[in-house]
Amino acid sequence: MRCLTDSGKITTDIDSLRSEIRDKSVRVIDVRREDDYKQDHIPTAVNLPLANLLSDDSPESVLKLMNSMGIDNETSVVVYDDTFGALASRVAWTFEYLGHSDVTLLETTYSNWKSLELESDSKIPEIQPKEHTLNLQPNILATADYLQSAKERNDVILIDNRERLNFLEQHIPGAISLPYRTLATKDKILRPKDDMKRLLENRGITENSEIITYCGSVGTLSGLAYYALKSAGLSNTKLYVRSFKEWKNLQKPTEKQEDASYWDLSAE
Amino acid sequence: MTVSNLKQSRPDTAKPKINWSRVEEADNFAKTVKLYRQGKYDEDSFRRFRLQHGAYGTRMTGDYAMVRIKIPAGEIYPNQLEKISQLSEQFSIGSAHFSTRENIQLHWVVLEDVSEIFRGLTEVGLTSREACGNTIRNVMCSPLSGVCPDEEFDSTPYALATARFFLRNPMVQNLPRKFKFNFTCCEKHGMVRMVDVGLIPQIREVDGTTQRGFKIFLGGGLGNKSFVGYQLEEFTPEEDLVYTSMAVLRIFDRLGDRKNMARNRMRYLVNDMGWEKFQNLVLKERAIVRATQSVITQLEVIHTPNEIKRPIRITDESGTSITDGYARWLKTNTVKQKQANYRSIFITLEAGDITASQLNALADLIRDFSSEGKARFGFVQNVALRYVHEDDLPRLYSNLLESGLAKSGALTMTAPIGCSGTTSCNLALTNSHRLAKEIQRKLLELKFDEDDDLSDSSIKISGCPNSCGQHGIATIGFFGGGGRVGKDMYANYQMSLGGRSDGDTMLGLTCLRVPAKRVIPVILKIIEIFKQNKKSDDTLQSWIHRVVNNNEDTEIKSINDIKKVLEPLTIPPTKEEDPDFYLDYGDDTSYHTKTGKGECAA
Ligand code: HEM
Ligand code: SF4
Repeated sequence: MRCLTDSGKITTDIDSLRSEIRDKSVRVIDVRREDDYKQDHIPTAVNLPLANLLSDDSPESVLKLMNSMGIDNETSVVVYDDTFGALASRVAWTFEYLGHSDVTLLETTYSNWKSLELESDSKIPEIQPKEHTLNLQPNILATADYLQSAKERNDVILIDNRERLNFLEQHIPGAISLPYRTLATKDKILRPKDDMKRLLENRGITENSEIITYCGSVGTLSGLAYYALKSAGLSNTKLYVRSFKEWKNLQKPTEKQEDASYWDLSAE
Repeated sequence: MTVSNLKQSRPDTAKPKINWSRVEEADNFAKTVKLYRQGKYDEDSFRRFRLQHGAYGTRMTGDYAMVRIKIPAGEIYPNQLEKISQLSEQFSIGSAHFSTRENIQLHWVVLEDVSEIFRGLTEVGLTSREACGNTIRNVMCSPLSGVCPDEEFDSTPYALATARFFLRNPMVQNLPRKFKFNFTCCEKHGMVRMVDVGLIPQIREVDGTTQRGFKIFLGGGLGNKSFVGYQLEEFTPEEDLVYTSMAVLRIFDRLGDRKNMARNRMRYLVNDMGWEKFQNLVLKERAIVRATQSVITQLEVIHTPNEIKRPIRITDESGTSITDGYARWLKTNTVKQKQANYRSIFITLEAGDITASQLNALADLIRDFSSEGKARFGFVQNVALRYVHEDDLPRLYSNLLESGLAKSGALTMTAPIGCSGTTSCNLALTNSHRLAKEIQRKLLELKFDEDDDLSDSSIKISGCPNSCGQHGIATIGFFGGGGRVGKDMYANYQMSLGGRSDGDTMLGLTCLRVPAKRVIPVILKIIEIFKQNKKSDDTLQSWIHRVVNNNEDTEIKSINDIKKVLEPLTIPPTKEEDPDFYLDYGDDTSYHTKTGKGECAA
């Protein structure tokens, strides 16, 4: 079985995806809302709105979804969205967690695909269901309990991927701020590898550490960060998938930047 | 076929003429931050280094910086705005801040990311080098230079050349203190008497030939103690511009106070020495500079004229309905240029803050509407689009509305200035930034922007006595401090009246202290008594000018009379009567003063 971290491939570029579609060697997943998908989508793509996945993301039920989309252990999967790759990342990460390693993100968003005037259609493909085995990868998941104890270790770096103002207002103690916008360029969902590496290195985020990412609620922004880190070669990364929302609900301690009215600097 | 990277943004009509950036400075900065974090660079040298590169410290923390991007002469191009938009989302708070000195500031930047901002800026030719620190700060130019009906010639090329001559120049890397140049178009629009070197372009007729030159003012400036500048000589010919600047800088470098941080701006030197002595020194030094230059040093003034080309319409002309706000906006935000059929339009932002998406919108508006293909920063945390054809104004207005950039009153008193205050500044005592926003909202709600009596007045607010908000030259100025009732503290402002920065430049006179939550009622009261007592052709500014100079003959004869009327409004209630009084704007915890280490002199 090909392993994603071995091949090091995180994203699939536009041209490769087009030829894989022509070769019928790929399952493309569109993570936008159903209405948008019905209008048009990348040819052969199946629709998996993130809400459908989140409504029950227990391994058994996600496995059923994968089977129904015709994905078995050998299927090559490419995921895209129109939300700068964050929703696609959350889906890809979930597949990876279940043990499907051959999953990558389309390097760009659907809007960008359209603005390049690439092919799209509104056909809904017929899918032959398949059987995927379950092979959970707990090493890429951080739970609240895990985070709580890992946080105390020196070799663990906790990264908050929400916007800077939200971070200043409240965050998990010890976290550092890396807003999700930092991860992308103007037309790619992830920065070039060397660029990303330099930026992380400046921040002291190196492969000697275990890294845990989190964001506001369901692990989308931090899912993108999970892949950004992997793309820079930092494979010892976990996603705190229930993120800050759960942390607060559990009434665990939080921290804030004191004595400054930073919100009043925002023009929003 | 490879299709990626084919997507093109709209072509720019104008491109920056000068590249101010150097990519090696980004690498160097990143390296230095690492060494500093490893303890291999002491605190003081690091701070000097950081400021020289345009990064300030941030309130109550060593982890964040503010990056001040210089926009020399205030000229900015669409691709530069788009880059700054992106950088603000990646490394700052998703908003940027337009300052009073033609800089753009990104706040709450992680210190380790500052070098990434530098790197991004090199892609569009911008720098923050020497935006802070003891060196020559951004060289300003009037936003109307080149289009002002009253100017003798356009000083923009001279401002750019001066900025280029001094940037990274070894001569100015370690001055006693910061040093500022302001070029203007005419007497009315500049700020030439409130700056180290202020310049007004002038044309002289000698033996039938015309000669370009400047009226130069030296030794002015705002601060804890403010001074008005002196005119050096009748006329300084353009060839002497560089020699005069060098002479002044050499004297300041040699004689300026390097010990007493509170008194080391050049204005103190001028004041201590006396103007005549200083003036003589400058003239002598200039003769020496001129004689000792081994080759003739001259500024590289680029005189190629800007291309003025009305953008082509691709979109449909119909369907723009003129909304109610249009006339109001046209009156309070636009000025006629000396070029027929063109106007300059001003965009006012709340205390200079602009979102990332508004920056992108602004870039597109420049491409679609400005015949010169660039924009100009103003002096009051604002920006101007110039060379907009009059026929395009209604459509521009509706586009501005869509992006939330059509706020009226840009050229009136309803657009106050507020420094950063407690939103990010280490020395701040009050949230001057938010107060400016609150005042603007209130005055616009009352439609005071449409009142001609108020249009030439101004409101400016600083969060402490340091004057970054320029309160000293405001018609109504405020600087922040703390007030106290028993053990309870509240945000309090010292109010001054009658300041101005035009040909009649004077600093406002202290009137009284006004609690933060009473500032708006006090402003409204001042307007009310002005209306009761004004002469028919008075503006608020002319009336206050008479009052503060004791030339008024109605019942309000002096600043003291104004104070008496206002005093009842400023009496603090008890905490039980009005708990809100004890909270500063934007803060839900009770007010206390708290400051960190200031870096103004560093
Ligand atoms: C004792 C310390 C300081 C003094 C005396 C001082 C003085 C001034 C003055 C006089 C101005 C007006 C500029 C002009 O129109 O000529 C100014 C501008 C400004 N200052 Fe300060 N300042 C100090 C510290 C700071 C600090 C700590 C900050 C925050 C990091 C700050 C932020 C600003 C900003 C944002 C401006 C707007 C103009 C620009 O773009 O340069 N200042 N300062
Ligand atoms: S006036 Fe005071 S509070 Fe405002 S920016 Fe300057 S130092 Fe800070």
